[in-house]
Amino acid sequence: MSVEFCGLELAHPIVNGSGTFDALAARRAFGAALDEQFPFAAYVSKTITLEPRAGNPPPRLWETPAGLINSIGLPNKGLVGYLAEDLPELASLPVPLITNVMGSSAAEIAELVRACDAHAEIAAIELNVSCPNVKTGLDIGADPRQLEQVVRTVRERTSKPLIVKLTPNAADVAVCAEAAQEGGADAVSLINTLRALALAPASRGGMRSPEPWLGGRTGGLSGPAIRAVALAQVAAVATRVEIPAIGMGGVSSATHARELLDVGARLVAVGTASFRDPTVGARIARELDFPPAPVHA
Amino acid sequence: MSERWPISDRSAAAPFGRRLLTVTGMDEMGAYRVLRVADPEVSEGLAVPGQFAMLAAAERWGGGEDERPYLARAFSIARFSDGEAHYLLEDVGPGTRRLCELGPGDRIWVLGPLGQGFTAPQDGRRALLVGGGVGIAPLAIWQDELARKDIPAQVLLGFRDGPRARGAALLGAAQVATDDGSAGRHGLVTDLLVEQLDKDGHATVYACGPAPMLETVREICATRSIPAQLALEAGMACGFGACYGCVVPRRGGGYLRVCVDGPVIDAAELDQVDAHAGGVGGTR
Repeated sequence: MSVEFCGLELAHPIVNGSGTFDALAARRAFGAALDEQFPFAAYVSKTITLEPRAGNPPPRLWETPAGLINSIGLPNKGLVGYLAEDLPELASLPVPLITNVMGSSAAEIAELVRACDAHAEIAAIELNVSCPNVKTGLDIGADPRQLEQVVRTVRERTSKPLIVKLTPNAADVAVCAEAAQEGGADAVSLINTLRALALAPASRGGMRSPEPWLGGRTGGLSGPAIRAVALAQVAAVATRVEIPAIGMGGVSSATHARELLDVGARLVAVGTASFRDPTVGARIARELDFPPAPVHA
Repeated sequence: MSERWPISDRSAAAPFGRRLLTVTGMDEMGAYRVLRVADPEVSEGLAVPGQFAMLAAAERWGGGEDERPYLARAFSIARFSDGEAHYLLEDVGPGTRRLCELGPGDRIWVLGPLGQGFTAPQDGRRALLVGGGVGIAPLAIWQDELARKDIPAQVLLGFRDGPRARGAALLGAAQVATDDGSAGRHGLVTDLLVEQLDKDGHATVYACGPAPMLETVREICATRSIPAQLALEAGMACGFGACYGCVVPRRGGGYLRVCVDGPVIDAAELDQVDAHAGGVGGTR
C-alpha cells in the first residue's frame, strides 16, 4: 500500500511541515535510529532563501493554551550553503526530499527554483509565499493576482512538482488556492501558522506600555489550538481545486490526520506535535494502517 | 548497545522517541524536589554529564495556569543511581508545578539524553564547579564523574535563601553563599569564585545557574584567561534541534541552539550570556 503524490510514490501519507523537523540535527541527537525509523514518507526542508539568514533575535517562543507562538525568522545557510553543505546529507535520507524556498520577488523565487531544478536529489519544490513583497509590503500569498503571477513565472523554471504553501492570513484561502492552480502549481499545502501576538508579562496590567514578548514582535501560532481552523481551510480548498493538497495544522493523532484526509487532503503534515515526540509521524502512519517506510539500503 | 547509541566526547545519542517511564520517588530538598525516574536503559552510563532530558507528565499535562503546559520541559540530568535518573525541580510555573505533583508509580514521558555535556579539564587544571539555584543540578553528576576520574574538584554554590540553600545537599562538600546570609556566606557565589581563583588560578570553571550569574562567571574567567564551560538554559520546544527556538547570540555573529550546540557551551563562544538564557518565559 502506498500513496501517489504528484508522481511520487510515498510509503504513507504523513510528512513533516516545513521548519518543524531538522533531520540533520535529529541525526546528531538520535544516531542511526533516525534513518532506520524515519517518521515521515517525504522530508520537507526548512525554508531556504537566496542569502543566509541568522533568524530573529530571541525570545523566539511563547507557549499558549494548547499551542505555541514562534518567531524564528527562517534562519538558514542561504541557497549556496544549502546546496553545498546540507543537500548531500539530506540526499541520503531514506525518503524523497522536498525543498522549501522563499523569496521577496518573483525573480528571486525563480532563481531559487531554477537552482533546485538542477539537483536530482530534490524530488519536489515547495514555495513559501508567506513573505512580504519587497515593493508592496503585502504577503505574496495573500494576494491572488500576485500569487498567480509569481507561480506562473516560477513554473517555467522547473519540471519538478511545484507545491504552493498557502498563507492562512488571507481574506479567502480557497481563492488563493485557485490562483496557485491557475498559475500552474501541482499541489497546495496548508495551513501555515496564524499570525499571533504575545505580550511580555512585565507590561501586563497597564503598568507600562504593552511590549511584545517575541524578539520578532509578532509570530505564528501552531499546535492543537489551530486544528479546527486547519480543517475548515483544507475543506474549503479541497472543494475548490483539482490539484492535491497537503493538509496540516495541530495534527497529533491518526484521528486528526484521518479528518484532514476525509475533507480532501492527499497528504497530512505533522509539525508542532513532533516537538513533543519526534516519532509521532511514524505512530500516526502506523495507526492509519500504513506499514513503516522501507529502510534505505 | 553502545553501537546503537554512540558516545562521543560531549554527547550520547538518545533512544529515538519519547519513552513512557515510571516515577520511583519525589524527595524534598528544601525549596526543591528531587524527581527520581526508573530508567535502566539509559542509566548504564549512556549519558554524558551536562546532558538533559525533556520531561512531561503522562497524565494531566495541560489544564494548569493559562491552560498550560503544552510542551515538554527541559531538565538537566542531576544524577544516575541504581537504575534511576534524578532531576532537580523547582515550582516556577505550570509545567514545573505539575511535575512536582508526581509521586511513586506515576508515569512520565522522557526524551533524552540530549545535547552536549561537559569535558574534563586539560593541562592538570583542577575543576571549579560553580552553581546557582536550581542550576546546580548538572554539577552533581559532573562531580560524581570527576571523582571517578580522580580529577580534583571544588564546589561553590549560591542560593537566594535558606530553604533553597538546602539544595546544596545534592552535591558533596560544597561551599555555600546566600543572598540573604541565612546559610553559608552572606554574598554571591561569584565572590567565592574570585577568592578561589585569587588563591590558585590553575582551574577550569564549570558553571550553571541564572543568566546574570553566568555572565559574571564568564567575565571573571575571560579577564583571567581561565577556561570556562557554561551550562545554559533557554525556553525550548523540542530539545533536539527542530524548532530553532532556544538560541543565544554567538561571538562573531549568528546564534547557537542551546539544545544541540549546548547546553554546555565554551564561554569563549559567547560575547555575553544573553539575558534570555535562564529566563524561560512562556515555557516554564
